[in-house]
Amino acid sequence: MAAPIIAIKGLQKWYSGVHALKNVTLDIYPDEALGLVGDNGAGKSTLINILSGTQKPDGGEIRIEGEPVRFSNPRDAMERGIETIYQYNSMVPTMTIARNVFIGREPVKGSVFGIGILDQKRMRDESVKAIADVDLHLRSPDALVGELSGGQRQGVAIARAMHFKSKVMILDEPTNHLSVKETRKVIGFVRGLKAQNITSVFISHNMHHVFECCDRVVAMARGEIVLDKPIGETSIEEIHEVL
Amino acid sequence: MKRLMKIYLEKPELAAVVFLLLLLIVFQIRSNGVFLNTQNLRGMLGLLPEMGLVAIGVTLLMICGEFDLSVGSVFALTPMTMAVMLAAGVPFAPAFAAGLAIAALIGFFNGFITIRFAIPSFITTLGMLFIARSLTVVISGGFPPVIPANALPKWLFTVYVGPGDLFRMSFFWFLAVAILVTVLLSHTNFGNWVRATGGFLPAAQSMGIPTARVKVACFMICSVLAGFAGTIQVMRLGAPLPSIGEGLELQAVSAAVIGGASLAGGIGTIFGGIIGAALIRVIDNGLVLSQVDANWFKMAIGFLTIFAVVMNAWLRKRGRAMKVET
Repeated sequence: MAAPIIAIKGLQKWYSGVHALKNVTLDIYPDEALGLVGDNGAGKSTLINILSGTQKPDGGEIRIEGEPVRFSNPRDAMERGIETIYQYNSMVPTMTIARNVFIGREPVKGSVFGIGILDQKRMRDESVKAIADVDLHLRSPDALVGELSGGQRQGVAIARAMHFKSKVMILDEPTNHLSVKETRKVIGFVRGLKAQNITSVFISHNMHHVFECCDRVVAMARGEIVLDKPIGETSIEEIHEVL
Repeated sequence: MKRLMKIYLEKPELAAVVFLLLLLIVFQIRSNGVFLNTQNLRGMLGLLPEMGLVAIGVTLLMICGEFDLSVGSVFALTPMTMAVMLAAGVPFAPAFAAGLAIAALIGFFNGFITIRFAIPSFITTLGMLFIARSLTVVISGGFPPVIPANALPKWLFTVYVGPGDLFRMSFFWFLAVAILVTVLLSHTNFGNWVRATGGFLPAAQSMGIPTARVKVACFMICSVLAGFAGTIQVMRLGAPLPSIGEGLELQAVSAAVIGGASLAGGIGTIFGGIIGAALIRVIDNGLVLSQVDANWFKMAIGFLTIFAVVMNAWLRKRGRAMKVET
C-alpha cells in the first residue's frame, strides 16, 4: 500500500481530568474514503478538531505526507490541504455564495498590511465554476446562503473545499438535520470525491451512510479505536457490538 | 421586474430611505417651504456630520456583532483631552492626535476586555460609558478649559464652503469617512471578515478568520470616529463642555437599527446607518419648524425605531418569500 497521507501516532488529549483520546494511532491513505463512527463522547470530534486545527493535542504526533505538523489554527490545516465541513455548517447565512466560498481566502487586487480590494468578478466567476463542478445548480453566486437548503449548503461547502484543492476532506456529520433526498445528494458528493483524488474522512452516526460511501471503517469508543476494517470485511452488526 | 423587486425588498436600508423621503415632503409642506430652504439645510447639514460619524462607527461595530455604549462619553472625552492640552499651550496637531489616541485606546480596551473575558460588549461598554464620562469631568476640573483664540484650525473643519455656503468643511470629512468605511466594509477582504464574524462566529472561526483581531479593530474604529465627531462639535461650538454627547450612544444605536442593522450582527450597511442618522436629524429639525412642541422629539424617535425594525423584518420576509427561478 502507498504511504499514508496522514499518519497519527500516539495522540493524547485530556479535558480537565477526562482522558478524551487515549494513545490513538491511525493511518489514513491517499484517495480512500474512511468512515469514522462512534457514540457521543467516544472521541471522534476531538480527533477531528485536532486534525482541523481547532484544538491542540496534549501528546503524540501527526505527520502529513511524512512531515510532522503542529496546527495552531484552522488556517494552518487548510494550508496543508485539510478542509473540514462541519455539521453546523461552515457557511455564514447572511452572506452571498460567492463571498462564502472565499471567506478567509479572498482574492484581492493589491494589499496593504494584508487588507486589499476584493476581486469580486473573480469571486463570482470562480464560485459559479466551483459549484457547477460538484453538479450543483444554483441561480446565481449572489444569492444568500441563508436561502439555500441544508443539502445545497453542504454542496457549496464541498465545492469550496474542492476549489481550494484540498487533499483531505473531513466531513463531520454532514447529513445531520437533512431530509432523505438531501442526504442522498450529500452522499453523492462524498462518493464523487474519490474520482477527484481526494481523501475523505466521513463522520456519521448513521452506519448505513458510512457503509454506502466508505472503503474502510474505524470505530471509536471511550477515546480508543476499537475496530479498523475494510467495509467488505465487516458488518453493521459487528460495529454495533464493539461500540 | 420581479427579481429587481426582490433585490430591493431584501435591502435592509430600504424602509429608512422611503421614510426619509416621505418626511422631507411632509416637513416641507408643514413648514410652508422653510424646511428645505438654504438656511435651514445649512443648519441641518452642519449638524449631521457629528451624529453621522458616530452612527457610521456604531453601525460597523453592530455588523461585526458587537455593541458600543461608550461612544457618547468618548465623544466628550476626546475633545476635552485636546482642549486641556491646548489650554496648556500644546499646539493643535499633537493635542488633536492625543485626543484621538485616547479614543483608540478606549476602543482597544473595550474590545480586549470583551473578548479576553468573553463577556457581552453591552456590559464592557456600559462600564466604559461611566469611566470615560467621569474622566472627562475630572480632567476638565469641573470647568471647561478656555481654548486659546486661533488655536483651532476652523478653516479645516468648520467653516462654511460650497455654493451658497451650504456646507461646513466637516461635511466633507464626514463624506470621506463614509465612503472610506463603505469601501472597507463592502469591497475589501477585511469587510468580508467583519460580516462573517458578525454573521456566524463559528463559521468565521472555522475558516481561520482572526475574529478577535477583527472585532478589536471594529471597536477601535468606532471609538475613534466618535472621538472625531466630538472634536468637530467642540470646534463648531468653540468650547468643550463635559456634558456633550450624553444620550448619543442610544441615538446612534437607533440610527443603525433604523437603517437596517441587526442587533444580532451580520446584517446592515453603512449607508443605512447614515440614513438613520439623517432621519433623526430631520425629525429633530422638522418638528421644530412644524411648530410642534420639541418635547415630542424623543417620542418620535422611539416610535420610528420600533416601526423601522418591524417594517424591515416584514419587507425582508416578503422579499425572501418571492420566488424567482433558481
